[in-house]
Amino acid sequence: MIKKNQPVIRKSWISIRKYLNILSICLTERMTYRNDFILSTIFRFLPVMTTILLWQAVYRSSGKESIAGFSQRQMIAYLLLIHISRMFSSMPGLANGIAHDIRNGTLKKYMIQPIDMIVFLLCYRCAHKITYITTSAIPYSFLFLICADNFDDFPDLTILLAYILSLLLGFLLGFYFEVCLGMIGFWMLEITSLLWIITTLNYFISGQMMPLNLLPEFWRTVLYILPFQYMAYFPAIVFLGKLSTNQIICGLLIEIGWALILFIIAQYTFYKGLKHYSAFGD
Amino acid sequence: MSGIIEAYNLTKTYRVHQKQPGLIGSLKGLFRREYKLIQAVENISFTIQPQEMVGFLGPNGAGKTTTLKILSGLIYPTSGRAVVLGYTPWERPDSFRRQFSLIMGQKNQLWWDLPAEDSFRLHREIYSIDRKSYKNTLDELTELFDVKKLIRQPVRELSLGERMKMELIAALLHSPRLLLLDEPTIGLDIIAQITIQNSLKEYNTKKGITMLLTSHYMKDIEALCTRVLVIAHGKLFYDGPLRGIIEKFGQYKQVRLRFAGDQLPANLNRFGSVSATGPIVELKVDRDKVASALAQILTQHTIVDMSVQDPPLDQIIAKVFEHAKTNSVPREFIETPQTA
Repeated sequence: MIKKNQPVIRKSWISIRKYLNILSICLTERMTYRNDFILSTIFRFLPVMTTILLWQAVYRSSGKESIAGFSQRQMIAYLLLIHISRMFSSMPGLANGIAHDIRNGTLKKYMIQPIDMIVFLLCYRCAHKITYITTSAIPYSFLFLICADNFDDFPDLTILLAYILSLLLGFLLGFYFEVCLGMIGFWMLEITSLLWIITTLNYFISGQMMPLNLLPEFWRTVLYILPFQYMAYFPAIVFLGKLSTNQIICGLLIEIGWALILFIIAQYTFYKGLKHYSAFGD
Repeated sequence: MSGIIEAYNLTKTYRVHQKQPGLIGSLKGLFRREYKLIQAVENISFTIQPQEMVGFLGPNGAGKTTTLKILSGLIYPTSGRAVVLGYTPWERPDSFRRQFSLIMGQKNQLWWDLPAEDSFRLHREIYSIDRKSYKNTLDELTELFDVKKLIRQPVRELSLGERMKMELIAALLHSPRLLLLDEPTIGLDIIAQITIQNSLKEYNTKKGITMLLTSHYMKDIEALCTRVLVIAHGKLFYDGPLRGIIEKFGQYKQVRLRFAGDQLPANLNRFGSVSATGPIVELKVDRDKVASALAQILTQHTIVDMSVQDPPLDQIIAKVFEHAKTNSVPREFIETPQTA
């Protein structure tokens, strides 16, 4: 039995090693742009600052201690944590890049070379994220240090693990979501405006603008089932300790489910798209 | 022996959306789309033997690129069959992809801001080339294309010719058995063109790689290919040695004569069409009449200098394309492929 399985294991190990090596090469590629990373990280603080100031004004004028169960301090902590969530789940240029490759024919290289486009892009994104997260670690920790008094006690180990898991799943979710969007490029010439609509909508329904607790019950349930909140809102409230253990487990299961569903959709549409492409060329 | 490429009756029909002009036309198009069928390739059959270097000629839109796309598995034909390296290309198994390379236009596989060597390293992983043979092959190729000093320089800082050489190196790193090239020298200056021609030729002699290339630049074809396929309007029009084209379609020879003295002899046009600049006369003489015409001229006049040449290949090819436009495929022009 074991002998029979060996070639399969060996084969998959070779393939894993191949993509790990590709990942490390992509890392060097991304390092070329580290200055750009540092700059963009600094500028990303500006919108957080304005949102924080806005919410401070809201609290002051309403005269309330808490809004939707969030105290002013928690709200600021929430907005900062959303940034961490987005560090993992946002995929700038991924869908557009795929659509662009389809449109101008660069897609060819993935059809000619012995490589799987989606796995390659995943490696590339991992490299992108690793570089991004490490380069922004210093400015971010500085920011969190300044805002440290907005956080309650540091969460315990189980919550911390659940938080890390939710972030990693958020990365996969964000990745496959964008890949699925990119695949539309096989059938539509231009997807920029479609992407813009989805990004804008996502900004709201993933809880980047405000905690989803502010929404009516019905919409909260709808968003609980949909994948969007797992790209921003969910990891943040896990960290803030606003969920019971059961709620965390349910949320993580839904997140895993969506990651799987989007993975399957991405693979299937890619397969269908290539068939379509092979019939019509570019 | 079976060929490295075997194509049997390949046909590819595209459905192309026909758009009416203007705004009203666009609105109509939203409701009822009109399509036109375009025969990109029609019933093409040929076999290419290992180590052959075959030129693929044809005017724009003739179906060359479509054929290359079918052979590399990017698109599948509407009908017909192809076997490339023993595989059906459009099934695209990894083992097939490891054995060939396609260079199409300058849409490059190199990372723009990084040295070419980093892209080569990526290729090493993609094709799972072991480190030792990677190093040897890279050394060999950088020497062949004479770019050893440039592989650590960001690709964006390279000239077009140097970039093309890097593309070729990237395509050859995994030692493919088949190289498909679509316009490899387009837009390059003459020196870069010639170095690329020489390098490809040398590589073919050394490694015995099979090449199929399209080019609008006849010098490429003349330098590299002994056999050409001419395709026009989707149909294969000629398959045979390059010389064969010249003999079949270059029915005349160019005879250049320089007469002694200022006076040009009259009625030279009985030998063929005449164009004169000063004391030099160019005659277009029918192939079979060259000898007799020259004999007559030499006995009657004093000639200072003379030469007899085939018309330039470009002109012949233009004539072939012209011919293809007005005629359907003359079967007799399709010769049995030369066995290597």
